[in-house]
Amino acid sequence: MPAAEPFCPACTAVQPPGQADHFARLGFARAYDVDPAAVERRYFELQRRLHPDRFATKSPKERALSQAQATSLNDAYETLMDPLGRAVYLLRLSGIDTGGDGKTVDDPALLMEAMEMREALAEARTPAEVDALVGRARAEAEACRVALARLFAGGDLAAAGKATLRLTYLDKLLDDARARRLNVA
Amino acid sequence: MTLLQLHEPGETPLPHEGDQTLAVGIDLGTTNSVVALSTSGKPEVLRDADGNGLVPSVVAYTEDGPVVGVGAQARLVDAPDAVVSSVKRLMGRGSADVKTLAGTLPYALDAAEGGMVRLLVGGRRLTPVEVSADILRAIKAQAEQHLGREVTRAVVTVPAYFDDAARLATKDAARLAGLDVLRLVNEPTAAALAYGLDKAAEGIYAVYDLGGGTFDISILRLEKGVFQVLATGGDAQLGGDDFDHAIAEHWLADRRSELGGEPVTPGEAKQTLTSARAAKEALTTREAGDFPVVLHGKTTLHRLTRATLDEIIRPWIEKTIGLCRQVVSDARLDLGRIKGVVLVGGSTRVPQVRRAVEAYFAKPPLADIDPDEVVALGAALQAEALTTGSDTLLLDVLPLSLGIETMGGLTEKIVDRNTPIPVAKAQEFTTYQDGQGAMLIHVVQGERETVSDCRSLARFVLAGIPPMTAGAARIRVTFQVDADGLLTVSAEEKITGVTQRVEVKPSYGLSEDEMARMLEESMIHARTDMERRLLIENRVEGRRVLLALATALAADTSLLDAGEADRIEQARLRLVQAIEGDDRDRIKAAVEALEDVARPFAGRRMDLAIRAGLAGHSIDEFKGDPGGCLAPDPEEKS
Repeated sequence: MPAAEPFCPACTAVQPPGQADHFARLGFARAYDVDPAAVERRYFELQRRLHPDRFATKSPKERALSQAQATSLNDAYETLMDPLGRAVYLLRLSGIDTGGDGKTVDDPALLMEAMEMREALAEARTPAEVDALVGRARAEAEACRVALARLFAGGDLAAAGKATLRLTYLDKLLDDARARRLNVA
Repeated sequence: MTLLQLHEPGETPLPHEGDQTLAVGIDLGTTNSVVALSTSGKPEVLRDADGNGLVPSVVAYTEDGPVVGVGAQARLVDAPDAVVSSVKRLMGRGSADVKTLAGTLPYALDAAEGGMVRLLVGGRRLTPVEVSADILRAIKAQAEQHLGREVTRAVVTVPAYFDDAARLATKDAARLAGLDVLRLVNEPTAAALAYGLDKAAEGIYAVYDLGGGTFDISILRLEKGVFQVLATGGDAQLGGDDFDHAIAEHWLADRRSELGGEPVTPGEAKQTLTSARAAKEALTTREAGDFPVVLHGKTTLHRLTRATLDEIIRPWIEKTIGLCRQVVSDARLDLGRIKGVVLVGGSTRVPQVRRAVEAYFAKPPLADIDPDEVVALGAALQAEALTTGSDTLLLDVLPLSLGIETMGGLTEKIVDRNTPIPVAKAQEFTTYQDGQGAMLIHVVQGERETVSDCRSLARFVLAGIPPMTAGAARIRVTFQVDADGLLTVSAEEKITGVTQRVEVKPSYGLSEDEMARMLEESMIHARTDMERRLLIENRVEGRRVLLALATALAADTSLLDAGEADRIEQARLRLVQAIEGDDRDRIKAAVEALEDVARPFAGRRMDLAIRAGLAGHSIDEFKGDPGGCLAPDPEEKS
C-alpha cells in the first residue's frame, strides 16, 4: 500500500497516518536490505514536520493527528532499524507468523546451538569470557543478517523464517550477555 | 494516569488562546526551582529583584497563606512544622515512600488513606501536588513581575526517570497554579538542548544529572539540530537529600553514643537535615568543619572532614556509576564513543561526585553552563521552539517499561523501556468465564518480573463485555504514551466493535473530584494578586525578625549598651506599626532599619554563643570557618 501524504496537498493540514506499511511510510521498497543511514535521514526529516512539538499551539484535533503520525513513524523507524524486527515484519507481511514466545521450535540443530551458548554464558566468570562469547554471537548474528538479505531477495521465505528464528535466539543471548557483563564487571 | 474514552478530538477549545507567543521554561527542582525565558534563541534566567535566580522549593504555611522560597526557609528555624521542603520526592508517591530520620518522618502524614501521600502542615492537609502548585504560583509570579505581563504557558521539566504517576502529578500541579503545560521535558534532555545549541555540540553525549532528590543518566545523540535520546536510566529516589540524611544519621549516632537515645520531633529532624546540608555544601570548598545539632534545646558540635563525608556518601555515588554502566550498556555503546559528559544538578558540585564521573567516563566532565540553571535554560529554549516554531527536534524515550499484571503476580511487559515516544502498543485480552461481563486490568511500570517490585500505576475495569463463551471475546487494549511520557489506555471489544467503558482508579494520583475541588480553590487563590503576595511575604519576614529579636532580648538583655535598648525598641515599634499597614516598602524599610540598629547587639551574642560552643576547642580552630553554624546559603542549589 502506498504511503498516504501526511499533509493535505490543498490546505496543508496534517492528516491521519493511514494504513501504510512501515517501508512505505518511510519511502522504502519492501526489502530486507535497507541503508540504516538513509532510514534515519528520512525519519528525522518526517519527524521534523510531524512531531507533536510542531503542533503544540494547534487545535486539539491537529495535535491528536500529529501524535498518531509521530507514533506510526516511531513504529516504522524501530522496525526498519532493527535487523530482527525487520525480518519478523517482512515475514508477517507475507502472512508468516514467527510467533516469538510460547511457540515450540522444531529445529534440533538450532536448539542444540542455543543451549550450548547459553551454558557457556552461564559459566562465564570474567568480563573477558563474556566478551569472547559476545564476539562469537555477534559474528553469528551478522552471518544471519547476510543470509536473510539473500533469502528474502530470492523469495525463500521458509529458509528466511528459520534464519529469523536463529537471529531471535542470538539477539536474546546478546541481551542476556550484556546483563551478565554488568554483573561480572 | 488518564484514561480516555475514544472521543473525537477537537471538542475542547484551547485555553488562553489570546496570547500565543509567550511561554517560559520552568525547572521545578527538589531543592530549588528556576524559571527562564528564551527570546530569539537566547535563553535567560528570570531573577527576582535581588538578582536571585534560584527559588528554594520550600513552602511555609503561615496564617496569611503560603510563603515560598527564602522566606519559607527562614521559617524552618522557628516554625519547622509549618514548612515543607523536598516535596518533589513525594510526587505520585504513597506514605510508605517517605524517608525517616532516626525513625522520625520529617513530615507529619495523614496515614489514614492509601494512595497519594497527604502531609499535615500548619493545620492543613495537603497533597504534594498542592504544595508543588504553591511553588509554581510563586515562580509564575516572579516571572510575571520580571516581565511585567501575565504568564500562562510553560514547559515544565521532570526527571527523565519519573514514572507516569509523578509526571501526571507535576502536570496537575501546574494546572492548579494556572499554567498551561505545553510539554513536560525530561531534565537531562533539556540540559542537552541548552548545551547543544549554546556550544554547537555534535556527537554522542552523556548527561549526568544528580539533583536534590533524583538521579538521571541519559545518553543522547546530537546531530544537526536533532536531539535523540538513545537510552535513559536513573533513580527517582536518589539525590543530594540522601547525602544530607546520611550525614544527619551519622551525627545522631555520635550523639546517641555520647548522650544516650533521644526522641526526635519532625521539626528537629528537619533542622538537623538543614544543618547536614549546610555541612555538605561547606565541604565542597573546605576540608573540614564543625557543625551543630540541636535537639530539645541541647546543642552538640560535630566535626565532619571531607574524608568522612566521602565515606558516608560513597554508596550512593557508586550506585549512580552502576546506573551509568547500565545505560551505556542499554544504548549498546562502547564508552569510547561518548564524546563528553555534561554535569547537571547542584549535587554535582560535590567533589567526590565529579571525581567518580571523571573516573568512569575517562574524561573531564563538562560544567561550563551553571548546573543549577542549565535545565531551566533548555526548557525555555523548548518553550520558545514550541510557540514560535523551530528546526530543532527532541526525540525522547520511555524511561521505564510499562506492563500489566498477569496470573501469579507476574508482570507482562507491553512497552519496553527506551522505546521512542510517542508510542502505542496494543494487547488482546479474553474472558476466562462464560458470560463474563467485566475484567480488571492492573497497569504497572518498572523492570522487575514481579508486580510487587514495580510501581502500580492504576487499576481499571473493562465493563460491558457482551455475553460470550469463555475465551470468545477479543478485547484489544491500547497503551498510548504521548510525547510527555504520559500513558493513556483505551479499549475496544473486537468481535462486537463496542468501545469499552473504562473506569480508572489511579494508585497514587488524584481523582477527578479531588482535582475539580482543587482547581476551584485555585481560582480563589488566583485572585490574590502579586502585590498581595509580596505584602504577605514582607509581613512574614517582619514577624520573623520580631520573634528573633524578642528571643534574643529575653536571653541576653545584659549585653545591651546604654541607649541601645531604646533605639532598638523604637525601631521595633516602627516595624510593628508597618506590619499592621499595607505598605510593603515601608515594612521592608522598617525591617532593614531594625536589623541595622540591632546588628552590634547580634554580633556580641554571636561571639558569646561561639565561645560557649567551643568548650575544649581553641578559637583559632574556628578562624576562617564561619559557615559551620549558619543556615544554608540560598545561592547554592543541591
